[in-house]
Amino acid sequence: MNKIWIIIQREYSVRIKKRSFILLTILMPFLIAAVVFVPAWLAMSEEKKSCQVSVIDVTGRYGTVLENTDCITFATVAPTDTLDQQLESLLSLSDNAVVLTLRDSLGKAGAVTLYSPSEVPGYVEKYINEKLSKRLRNDRLSAYQIEDIEKLVDDVNADLAITTIKWDKEKGATVSSAEIAGVVGLLLSLLIYMFILSYGSMVMQGVMEEKTNRIVEIMVSSVKSYQLMFGKIIAVALVGLTQFFIWALMLVSLFSILGVSLGLSEVPAADGLTPGMTAEMPESNLFLQVLQGMNFTEMGLLFVCYFVGGYLLYASIFAAIGASVNEQQDSQQFMMPIVLLFIFALYAGMFSRENPDGPLALWCSFIPFTSPVVMMVRLPFSIPWWQTALSLVLLYGTSAAIIWLSSRIYRVGILMYGKKPTLKDMMKWVRYK
Amino acid sequence: MSDYIIAEGIVKRFAEHTALDHVGIRVPEGKVFGLLGPNGAGKTTLIRIINHITVADEGSVTFDGHLLCEADMMRIGYLPEERGLYKKMKVGEQAVYLARLKGLSERDAKQRLKYWFEKFDIMPWWHRKLEELSKGMQQKVQFITTVLHEPPLLIFDEPFSGFDPVNAELLKREILELRDKGHTILFSTHNMASVEELCDSIALINHSKVVLQGTVETTRAQYKDDRLKRVTIPDSSPIPPDLKVVNSEISHGRRCLTVEKPAGETNSAFLTRIGQQTEILAFDELLPSMNDIFLRVVGKEQDQQLNTTEQ
Repeated sequence: MNKIWIIIQREYSVRIKKRSFILLTILMPFLIAAVVFVPAWLAMSEEKKSCQVSVIDVTGRYGTVLENTDCITFATVAPTDTLDQQLESLLSLSDNAVVLTLRDSLGKAGAVTLYSPSEVPGYVEKYINEKLSKRLRNDRLSAYQIEDIEKLVDDVNADLAITTIKWDKEKGATVSSAEIAGVVGLLLSLLIYMFILSYGSMVMQGVMEEKTNRIVEIMVSSVKSYQLMFGKIIAVALVGLTQFFIWALMLVSLFSILGVSLGLSEVPAADGLTPGMTAEMPESNLFLQVLQGMNFTEMGLLFVCYFVGGYLLYASIFAAIGASVNEQQDSQQFMMPIVLLFIFALYAGMFSRENPDGPLALWCSFIPFTSPVVMMVRLPFSIPWWQTALSLVLLYGTSAAIIWLSSRIYRVGILMYGKKPTLKDMMKWVRYK
Repeated sequence: MSDYIIAEGIVKRFAEHTALDHVGIRVPEGKVFGLLGPNGAGKTTLIRIINHITVADEGSVTFDGHLLCEADMMRIGYLPEERGLYKKMKVGEQAVYLARLKGLSERDAKQRLKYWFEKFDIMPWWHRKLEELSKGMQQKVQFITTVLHEPPLLIFDEPFSGFDPVNAELLKREILELRDKGHTILFSTHNMASVEELCDSIALINHSKVVLQGTVETTRAQYKDDRLKRVTIPDSSPIPPDLKVVNSEISHGRRCLTVEKPAGETNSAFLTRIGQQTEILAFDELLPSMNDIFLRVVGKEQDQQLNTTEQ
């Protein structure tokens, strides 16, 4: 046991001190934060730019429809006889000038035109379009001369907003949204996929390095081969968990700092919410509320459980492969089916997002080779506890069996040089005394 | 003198072939033991079994009076044929790591390493990465890590392959010094000259079996051809015409002849007869070199094998 500890120390510190590891660990959270916040920040800064629109209303009927908003102000200009000249003089005032002409009844071709020396901001066009369309529709409706038509239409047009409430006996109602939960699940499954694959192959690289360096023979003359293998697998897992915790810590602090500075987190407390309230909330607030409704401690815990289980499963297979082959190229042939299996897990996870309780999701939650990824997708939705328990038992049980098998192959493989072994050879190694 | 290692009836089978077929060797304590044999004879497999790296299918290894167990790994220093260390790791750090795996505490390891690094003049490289060192220096590091924990048994697999003459000489000196301190040394080699120089006893393995075992003197005496003698005469003297000369060499004004003595003639009679014809500077029996013995034993077996396959 003492020797495994010495091995873990070396394997861990060598990897932690690597420049590539330090850079990736520190830069990644900034990269993620940038990907999330830069578009939001750009969108917000764009909307804050106010826009003044001069309205030349020849018809004299519609100008009043356009009310000022936070960033769009409308200035009505009395039309003169020489419309073209008037347009030109207004447009030459500034590069950002926008002129709206209303020449005819709405609905007729060329009735509404927007002029500007530069590109007209999308939200201005959208706003005008929305207002005038509504007016046009109302005009046409009243042309039918039906009594109380406006009231009828209002009734028909009532905005529909579905709020899903996740009911929990202890915590009461929390806002949930299948869409947002799906996105969170997908991110988690991608993360676990990345972690297992990259740290699994890190184990393989380490094993192959020792074999091709020939240091392995010195090592196994001091420690038993299983100690060397376990030491490496445990150390790499710790490296992965270190990275995960640093990322989690940095992301949480980055998001809270950036979130506050962008005013995203000014959300009313989630308690005592009524469906009616949420319906009126802006989308970003709903997003944050759904996030608040999720149990992050539980999710983080299960993430670590599934990462460790899935990692042990795949890393020990990779260790056996690394021990069996002599060259990098040879490893590809053995890696291929394993990686394909894992990619299948990722696709199964993506499809499970549509139907988190469907048969595909259910079965793949129990197969140990797919369960770490698929369960991450299902995690933000509630999963019956027995399913989680069964899937974890199956995962760890299979991992234990595979670790035993791999350590038998590893033990013989690391001392075998020469021709590339076949799968049959490797199975024979398992039975060697 | 007791035997430090006794391997008995060792059998090791791999998928296609039997690497060791009822092999038994006895390594006397405090001596240098040479394990000889052509490539693929099974030397490395036997060494790995004694090292507790692999387990034999049959047979037993007795280590210092008890059956070999995992704890004995601490009492063995092993220099494998294919040398290797972590290339990217710093030399000192690496040596401490390997020493700790052999059961030394970090403090002890550092203290002892300092002694050895200074002895071998590589102290300035302590903080360098291994890959920055020359091959000769890497081999010195490797040797140090093998002997650092002062194991009673040292196993060197082909220790002289890859060493330059200067380092090989250094290594020979160290091996003899270690023997004098009471360490038991087992080494496998193709280098027969070093066997005569270093080994007290040997075992020759061929085709998975021990074909020859004993001390170097008894083995050479056993294989000596009684008819062959070495006669040294002055360069100026003529070679007696009735002498059956097998080989003749001249060096430093002496002629060294390998001659075949007629059967039935005693040494004294032979000397008297030759002495009448020429001056004799020296007369000696001719012991076969280990190389000759190796070639004879291994070569004969190969011939036999060829014959059986032809039939």
